[in-house]
Amino acid sequence: MIEVIRITYYIMNEFLQIRLLQVLPIGWNFGWSLLLIPLLPFAGFLLLGLFGRKYIKNSAGIIATALLLVSTVLSIYIAYVYFFEYGKVMGMYQKFVPIQFTWLEFSQGVSIDFGVLIDPISVMMLAIVTFISLMVHIYSLAYMKGDERFPTYYAFLGLFTFSMLGLVMASNIFQMYIFWELVGVSSFLLIGYYYNKPSAVAACKKAFIVTRFADLGFLLGILILSFHAGTLDFNTLVQRLTVDGSEELHSAYTSTFLGASALTWAAILIFIGGAGKSAMFPLHVWLPDAMEGPTPVSALIHAATMVVAGVYLVARMFPIFSMSEGAMHFVTYVGIFSALFAALIACTQTDIKRVLAYSTMSQIGFMMFALGVSGSNLKNGSLNYSGLGAGYTAAMFHLFTHAIFKALLFLGAGSVIHFIHSNELKDMGGLRKYLPITNITFLIACLAISGVPPFAGFFSKEEILLAAYQHKALIYWIALITSGLTAFYMFRLYFLIFWNKGTIVHGEHHGEGGFAMMLPLVLLAVGAAFAGFIPFGNFVTADGKPMEVVFHWQFSIAPVSIALAGIFTAMWLYRKQNNKPVAIANSLNVFYKAGYNKFYIDELYLFITKKILFNLVGRPAAWFDKNVVDGMVNLTGNTTQLISEKIKEFQSGKVQQYAIYFLAGVIGLAVVFIYIWK
Amino acid sequence: MSGSTIIFYMLAALTLVSGILAVTTRQIFRAAIFLLFSLIGIAGLYFWMQYDFVAAVQIVVYVGGITVLIIFSIFLTQQAGELLPKQKIGRLLYSALAAFCGFALTMVQLCQHTFKTTTEQPILPTVSNIGDRMLSVEENGFALPFEVVSILLLAAMIGCIVIALRSKPTTA
Amino acid sequence: MQPGLYHILFISAALFFIGVFGFFTRRNLITILMSVELVLNSVNLNFIAFNKYVWPHKMDGLFFSIFVIAIAAAEAAVAIAIIINLYRSHQSIDVENAEEMKF
Repeated sequence: MIEVIRITYYIMNEFLQIRLLQVLPIGWNFGWSLLLIPLLPFAGFLLLGLFGRKYIKNSAGIIATALLLVSTVLSIYIAYVYFFEYGKVMGMYQKFVPIQFTWLEFSQGVSIDFGVLIDPISVMMLAIVTFISLMVHIYSLAYMKGDERFPTYYAFLGLFTFSMLGLVMASNIFQMYIFWELVGVSSFLLIGYYYNKPSAVAACKKAFIVTRFADLGFLLGILILSFHAGTLDFNTLVQRLTVDGSEELHSAYTSTFLGASALTWAAILIFIGGAGKSAMFPLHVWLPDAMEGPTPVSALIHAATMVVAGVYLVARMFPIFSMSEGAMHFVTYVGIFSALFAALIACTQTDIKRVLAYSTMSQIGFMMFALGVSGSNLKNGSLNYSGLGAGYTAAMFHLFTHAIFKALLFLGAGSVIHFIHSNELKDMGGLRKYLPITNITFLIACLAISGVPPFAGFFSKEEILLAAYQHKALIYWIALITSGLTAFYMFRLYFLIFWNKGTIVHGEHHGEGGFAMMLPLVLLAVGAAFAGFIPFGNFVTADGKPMEVVFHWQFSIAPVSIALAGIFTAMWLYRKQNNKPVAIANSLNVFYKAGYNKFYIDELYLFITKKILFNLVGRPAAWFDKNVVDGMVNLTGNTTQLISEKIKEFQSGKVQQYAIYFLAGVIGLAVVFIYIWK
Repeated sequence: MSGSTIIFYMLAALTLVSGILAVTTRQIFRAAIFLLFSLIGIAGLYFWMQYDFVAAVQIVVYVGGITVLIIFSIFLTQQAGELLPKQKIGRLLYSALAAFCGFALTMVQLCQHTFKTTTEQPILPTVSNIGDRMLSVEENGFALPFEVVSILLLAAMIGCIVIALRSKPTTA
Repeated sequence: MQPGLYHILFISAALFFIGVFGFFTRRNLITILMSVELVLNSVNLNFIAFNKYVWPHKMDGLFFSIFVIAIAAAEAAVAIAIIINLYRSHQSIDVENAEEMKF
């Protein structure tokens, strides 16, 4: 066995020129097991995608779950090894690139590499992505049971997990872009899983087009950055663009466009890419519609993993973002506006999953602006950001806790939907008797997201608010209000589902969905309750040095009290069935309507695309295509046909004709060579 | 005008005239006979050039072999007294024009060209010289082409037999 | 004037184009074969003439013509075999009836 591994290693080294850097003291076993983490789900995808529907239809879920279990164990093991044993050198968490090979080299230094980058955030993301994905896999065993395309579902889940893990591990910005697109594709496949449902088809197209549109920004940003830095590698990129007075930084600063430096432009464009995936205003329109996918998929993709890819991207590029004040401000204001905007909409929605979707958008807004405020105290070109970057840690912490409790919320919602066969809040109510476990876990998640101590969300949100407070009063106040709104709409949801009116439960009564559905709920609830006690600042910081998070209990008074206010308001309005909500909605007439219609952003998009773009750009382009382009193509075709009709007659089968052509050819050639061409 | 010259012109006339008749007459048997005369004329030209061996081969192979073969195949495929079908007049004209153009081009080239002559000692084409050379494996020997041609003849013989074999009646 | 190389080349060229003309105009496969024989003979004549008047110290032309004669014999035999086979299947040796052989 050892021999086999050694030979494989040799072949990899010699022929594929995969560099296995011996920086990890643990040796190469560790390095290859890293590769297994994304490749196992991919193997599951291939296996189930190719053979699933015919041969292993019934065991597909078990196979995929087992493969992912191995991945999860590996990544948690690696997280343990990294954080507690080998990651820290001289008191700082190091960046390792244990595996890397060059795939495509454009010029000296500029190449697309495939590698694995190990640093605190990627290790953290590996653990959380595999964990949530595993939960969703287990949950789906029951939730999707009996579905026609059960193996296909698991194949898509495997593809998604693979892409997301590849994105997280990417050591090269272009590698990240490739996996970024793969994530987009698998999300498209999963949203459109119920492909015979027109709304699902429309939703998956919308999601794909909107995120693809945003990815254009990402690509442009990559190109600008690589043009100035002369590399695509993350580490080199960061090194070159953050060293004071380096040639690359100078060129990125001095070339300006519309008053902003190339660096700022690149950062903003990359952020637009991230904003598309993370559903930031105004590219958020796809996220609520994406809820057409199966609910576990929403939990995986649209709550815990894919939508935070944008946050992850900004965090990964954080040193570069922090070199540009303009980009940081952009990130901050887009983030805080999305947070407030989504929270307002969430208060008015009646579809359980849409409420959760807007809540996700709002929470991601929190993470974004936390990133935005964390580096803004920097002076341009200054290297020293020690002591700052509190927002960075806070954003990553919130990403971590949010992934857990939002997945829990979605899975809980899935359990409710599974029970009641409807997404609409008006069909629900009084379910606490029927779904006791769901009730309790959902309550824990709601408390966590509202920021009630001692649940996970409290700690992370506290850090975000602290970072905002240190940065700017305005942002702090908006964030505070938003967090109050969060508490309100989450508990509105909670009370409307589990309290309020009693529901007439239909004859068929199949309980909560069994062990496979309850296990993830309970595990995630434990996470949502206790994840906040992890001293996150010790592990994940902007510069790798552990940071002491100072906890001011006086500071917590305001957020906690506003959260409690939100909760009690919701309780007052929705605990019992009454007409107070309607009365309030009526009194707020215009505002309520605007919120209910999501502030007409979708209509605005439709207006811009259908009325303006289609008429002014689409129609002329179509005319040009039909008449000029097609005309040219047809002309070529017709000419060829005409000529070939003529040529066809030469092939007559008449030997003597052939002989005449032959003689004519010989004489012609003779004339040419004798008289013309001497 | 010496006798040799007279003989040459007579042979030339015999060759060309019977050649023309061979390709124009509408009676196929006569065409074969005119071909025979034309070939004999060429053999005569070889004699005139004192290439006795080639002339003998020409008479043996062409006059005695191929012509007889052609005449036999005429007997096999043609009804007696039947005239060959007429060709279209257009085709005739075009063919004549093409042949004439080619001929004219060749003649123009021929007249403009001067051939070098050599002063080296000529080798007489006697039968013994030819035999030595043909079976020689030295330089300027022709043993290899000789063998190749013999294999070719063998292949042609087998091929003829295969082609001419009556195909087995297919059992339906 | 003593006839020499040019005269023989004239005969050979004339014979060649007579053969070509016959090849173009004849429809009967046997007569086409005869035209081909004429063409071959004109080439032979060329070889011998060049051998005699230009390179008398070599025998290449002579041997070429001998080999051409040998190959012509083989060719005639094969051609006639094919013609007879065609006659068997088509009851005709008109070249226009063999057009379908282009497929």
